[in-house]
Amino acid sequence: MSSGEQSPAVRVTDLTVAYGDKTVLWDIDLEIPIGSMVAVVGPNGAGKTTLIKSIQGLVPRVAGVVSIHGKPYEKQRKEVSYVPQRGSVDWDFPTSVVDTVKMGSYGDLGWIRRPGKKEHEKALSALEKVDMLEFAQRQISQLSGGQQQRVFLARALVQSASVYLLDEPFQGVDATTEKAIVRILKELTDGGKTVLAVHHDLNTVSEYYEQIAILNVGLVASGRVDEVFNSENLMKAYGGKTSFFPERKSSRRAV
Amino acid sequence: MSPHQFDIQLLAIIVAASCAIPGAFLVLRRMSMMTDAISHSILLGIILAFFLVKDLSSPILIIGAAASGVLAISLIEAVNRARLVKKDASIGIVFPFLFSVAVILLSKYARNVHIDTHSVLLGEIAFAPFNRLILSGMDLGPKSAYVMGSILLLNLLFISFFYKELKVSTFDESFASSIGFRPRLIHYLLMAVVSLTCVGAFDAVGSILVIALIVIPPCCAYLLTDSLFRMILLSVVFGISAAVSGFWVANWLDVNIAGSMAFVCGVFFLMVFLLAPQRGLFGIMREKRKQRMDFAEASLLVSLYNQERGESVKNHPDSRSMFRSADFASKVVEFLKQKGEIAVAGGKLFLTEKGRERVRTTVEGR
Repeated sequence: MSSGEQSPAVRVTDLTVAYGDKTVLWDIDLEIPIGSMVAVVGPNGAGKTTLIKSIQGLVPRVAGVVSIHGKPYEKQRKEVSYVPQRGSVDWDFPTSVVDTVKMGSYGDLGWIRRPGKKEHEKALSALEKVDMLEFAQRQISQLSGGQQQRVFLARALVQSASVYLLDEPFQGVDATTEKAIVRILKELTDGGKTVLAVHHDLNTVSEYYEQIAILNVGLVASGRVDEVFNSENLMKAYGGKTSFFPERKSSRRAV
Repeated sequence: MSPHQFDIQLLAIIVAASCAIPGAFLVLRRMSMMTDAISHSILLGIILAFFLVKDLSSPILIIGAAASGVLAISLIEAVNRARLVKKDASIGIVFPFLFSVAVILLSKYARNVHIDTHSVLLGEIAFAPFNRLILSGMDLGPKSAYVMGSILLLNLLFISFFYKELKVSTFDESFASSIGFRPRLIHYLLMAVVSLTCVGAFDAVGSILVIALIVIPPCCAYLLTDSLFRMILLSVVFGISAAVSGFWVANWLDVNIAGSMAFVCGVFFLMVFLLAPQRGLFGIMREKRKQRMDFAEASLLVSLYNQERGESVKNHPDSRSMFRSADFASKVVEFLKQKGEIAVAGGKLFLTEKGRERVRTTVEGR
């Protein structure tokens, strides 16, 4: 999809992030072509979540520049939609499913203006897309993990952004939800949107994504899955800590 | 009811309502104990501002107090960010320090001023109405009702303007940040509002009991509703009810009013904690009992169903050995008989058509 003159959906240059004296991301250069679906993989502590967060300036960068469609992130905030880890919020918060999804429209509304009928409709249609319409009035504490994840995805869909950053969207969800989320993400990329997702399950990488960024504090490799998702790069990132080797997957899958 | 009693209650109602509004957000943000920090730290601001203007009724005192509340929060967060001590410890370090400085200053330089440590800690709402607002000879009511009324109005304006911002940044801070709201700014605005509220409530209920009015009513409300808006509304209702009934309890027992109001808050919470329909202790126990009974019924029905179809049955239904006691077993049988799902003939249990239906729909359908 990426043509020569088009700016990439996301361009990260020299990105470095540290918490205290611990370097979490080191000198990351990354280009995400428009319309691609990209997996971010790496061992625990590799900085995957930090990458997603620092792209949006949610954690301070020690160095580095992030541009979205060729312009600085700060000017392109509305082009980016963020799905945090499901476990990062308190699901006992007193609110309903539809109200949570409506939060996706808050950015467009700006300060002080209240969501109205239009925002309600938008939230309902996003819920329909993730197959959660019947739960619209349900209290969010009554949802299963998979349903929570769908609500978060619906909230992101309401934002009508062009770049989607998802932090472990498949963490602890049921198989049906996983399939549904993949289908929705595929629809997004088919429509020219760009998806970047932190991913854990190396077994499904080739099936779900066409692009990958392999991370371990530094960027180990990035590019097309069929070109860089190999045991050499995985060894570099995970050391001996993975039993998964892409070459073997046709004969016998690691679980 | 004497005019004086009316004034006290009016003041108590305004204070309670002002406290409950920001309180709902503090509780949801797990920052309840920050109230304690704020309400103690504001004393330092009041005293420093008093040294500056030498007038106890100056509005500068309120500003000084609110500023020191925000200062306390900033210091706690700074200590916390250094990651050398844990969060709760940083609260425990900062506010007693600020409070102690205030107490030292108070006992050294302000002995002749009417701020005594007793009323700082417990407040003296009964005296508050004596300080009247008198304009060209007309008595317009207690001064503190106006001060507190303005603070209540400010709180109402604050949450009605920033309701959506408060909601999203309380629920999901990083998401709120990603869509361009500034959760840190909202956080400090909320802290400023809490500080102001504490200052206002200071006179009435003192620095210890104000925490009861800020934290307890929202906690009661939280257990009773699923909507943020209703939670705030209910918090206000609980706060006002505690204020008024606390006043009459104090009147009846001839004891400290602020203490009685906080005591009633506690009693309210105990009641809600036990009796709330879904989340109360009794509700949860009832639900557990119901689940246990449902499961027992289902296992007996399935066992009968399998027996009927000639399948091997681990626990023979007639022996009822699947149940922990004979008492419980006969209770289960009795319930099922009442529902018409089993029948008893010659000491043996049989499924009725209704019982068979239940096995098919609820158990096998799973």
